[in-house]
Amino acid sequence: MTFIEKTTDHRKLRRWEGNIEADYIYTSGLAGERFFTELRKNGRILATHCPRCDLTYLPPRMYCERCLAELRDWKEVPATGRVEAFTVARLDEEGHEAPEPQVWAFIKFPGIHGGFVHIVAAPEEKVKRGLEVRPRLKPQPLRTGEITDIEAFEPAEH
Amino acid sequence: MRKVAVIGAGMTLFRRRLMETPKELCFEATRMALDSAGIELKDVDAVISGSAPDGFDGVHMKGEYYSDGCGAYGKPYMRVFVGGGTGVFSAISGWYHIASGLADIALVVNEEKMSSCQPHPQSVFAHIWDPILDRPLKPNLIWIFAMEMNRYMTVHKIKKEDIALVAVKNKRNAVDHPCAQLADPNITVDDVLNSEVLAWPVQRLDISPPSDGAAALVMASEDAVKRLHVETPVWMKGVGWCIDSTMWTDRDLYFPEYVARAAKMAYKMAKIDNPRKQIDFAEPYDPFDYKELHHMEGLLLAKKGEAPIMTREGVTQRDGDLPTCPSGGLLGVGNPIAATMGVKIGELYWQLSGQAGKRQIPHEIKTGVTNAWGDLMQYGAVAVMGV
Amino acid sequence: MGQTPQKWPGIELSNDDLLNKKVTQTRYHPRAKFSWSAGEAMSRFLNELKEGRLIGRECKHCNKILFPPRMFCEQCFKPTSKWVYIKDTGTIQTYSISYLDKDAKRITNPIYVGVVSIDGASEKMGIMHYFGEVTKDTIHIGMKVKAKWKPPLERTGSILDIEYFRPLKEGEQ
Ligand SMILES: [Zn+2]
Ligand SMILES: [Zn+2]
Repeated sequence: MTFIEKTTDHRKLRRWEGNIEADYIYTSGLAGERFFTELRKNGRILATHCPRCDLTYLPPRMYCERCLAELRDWKEVPATGRVEAFTVARLDEEGHEAPEPQVWAFIKFPGIHGGFVHIVAAPEEKVKRGLEVRPRLKPQPLRTGEITDIEAFEPAEH
Repeated sequence: MRKVAVIGAGMTLFRRRLMETPKELCFEATRMALDSAGIELKDVDAVISGSAPDGFDGVHMKGEYYSDGCGAYGKPYMRVFVGGGTGVFSAISGWYHIASGLADIALVVNEEKMSSCQPHPQSVFAHIWDPILDRPLKPNLIWIFAMEMNRYMTVHKIKKEDIALVAVKNKRNAVDHPCAQLADPNITVDDVLNSEVLAWPVQRLDISPPSDGAAALVMASEDAVKRLHVETPVWMKGVGWCIDSTMWTDRDLYFPEYVARAAKMAYKMAKIDNPRKQIDFAEPYDPFDYKELHHMEGLLLAKKGEAPIMTREGVTQRDGDLPTCPSGGLLGVGNPIAATMGVKIGELYWQLSGQAGKRQIPHEIKTGVTNAWGDLMQYGAVAVMGV
Repeated sequence: MGQTPQKWPGIELSNDDLLNKKVTQTRYHPRAKFSWSAGEAMSRFLNELKEGRLIGRECKHCNKILFPPRMFCEQCFKPTSKWVYIKDTGTIQTYSISYLDKDAKRITNPIYVGVVSIDGASEKMGIMHYFGEVTKDTIHIGMKVKAKWKPPLERTGSILDIEYFRPLKEGEQ
């Protein structure tokens, strides 16, 4: 059994417009505070290490997700990473054609668990899995302690 | 159904703004719960988490987002959400994971970070209303509480002074809670009555504050309790839950019938036929002072309209015959929606296992009841716990 | 063997810490826009508001006039039976006098708001709305009220086509 009456005149069916307005401030948290402060001040990228599970987390976490131990062991991430996987975005976030294609990649570092999803500043035909990349940071005075302090990853020069 | 016990609990401070991320808050509470139970993450078979609307933390599917902090990695995991009722319901979910035989040991982790939402979590509460019927009127969440409180007061001819006594009791009880946000050893009824009128009859000190925080429990089967030689297990004796009509303008707000139905379900399971006699203490959900009274009646601990009288007579003080909110409740400890599990189920556990420290009820207690309440005033979750 | 917690974690921040970036942070302003379909019952309800009328749905199984109207009855879980016009008068079931707007900002001219059950619908069935032409001394639970409609040309088919409910005058229907 379904509704006993149904409007067949679509002009009588109504829609109601609205939005969900909200604003957010996300704190970086305990591990994030150290990570972003180090990135902003000294341009260094840090990870945390779990001695029990021998895993080094990037971005750093204050706990090990495997054994739930608190992590106090910090270390610097190697300067050069590799493109693990990538995609080329041709549409912007609203679904319109972007002015130019953007290469987005998941970037991993030797011996490190995790990594970054970030922009690779290189022509799409040059980007391939395994490409060695290095972070290009904003100049120190412009850095704010956010992930965008890394402007992009660039192919590493040898 | 198998017997289920709480064998450990943890919670963070409740504060208006905490620095930790939602993941880190979950970790802190979860780590404490594991340590207090004397087990490690590898001993856990399943993880349940509870959290209120994603809009507070500002992360969609936050149950997945913070799951690593709950110890969920590689384990059966789910998030439950029944509005404010989540504070008790996620523990009920933990209970059925174990009662059913699916898990022997389960973690239950609740989290809320309301300070992410700017300038005030109110802007997210605006979106829980019906978009066509209610939202064009630009409602403030406090309105529904004010309307319910007014109806309750008018039907039973209750004075605001008697309701204010609840805020005074809970904020004073909270002085003994190490996580409390709004404890006040000197607060008086006059302070409450003279506080700013927000939406009459609701005044500033009638309300619990928005908070950041997390709480966690370790729950275990009877087999696991024996295997681990747990000295002070606190048993889940009965659980119940119920939802009323979501058309909240179609029912009389003076009595929470859905809480009564949930309570009857829980009491039946716990073999309680005279709750006022068989329940030794309670943690009724108290986001507003009148809600404690409303819920005492819904939990059948007081006759309709008589909870204010019991309060006035001191029955509900920590050393009274039926202590209510010995933790300090949401009014005193804080209201990080789902994480209030720490002052509801958590308090029942700490009281019944004799670990409540300065908050310990001074006489012998064997059975307690708690509830949480949510959505647009129609969801009730009830748990009876005992030793 | 377990132990009772002794340390209670958490680092408190002030509003200043947060707003003036004393801690690192990321800000975000989502743009979530919606167009909700009103569906069968609410479309008719809104169209009738434009005509200055309130309408409910009858459930013949429960012998009730449901308001706000809906196409199914949640109690017997059967489709509702037919449309029924109801009155634009009713009774205040409860109310609040709000000094807060929707964002918790303080306002000096309070908003009178509450639940009004509508005459002609089943007992206690009503809507939330504003009250007008009342003071904090005159408004009371049980007060008889009547809708104050916007002029026909200003109505858009919205709950706001009723400006507010005002006290019912003597002899008025
Ligand atoms: Zn580890
Ligand atoms: Zn029916």
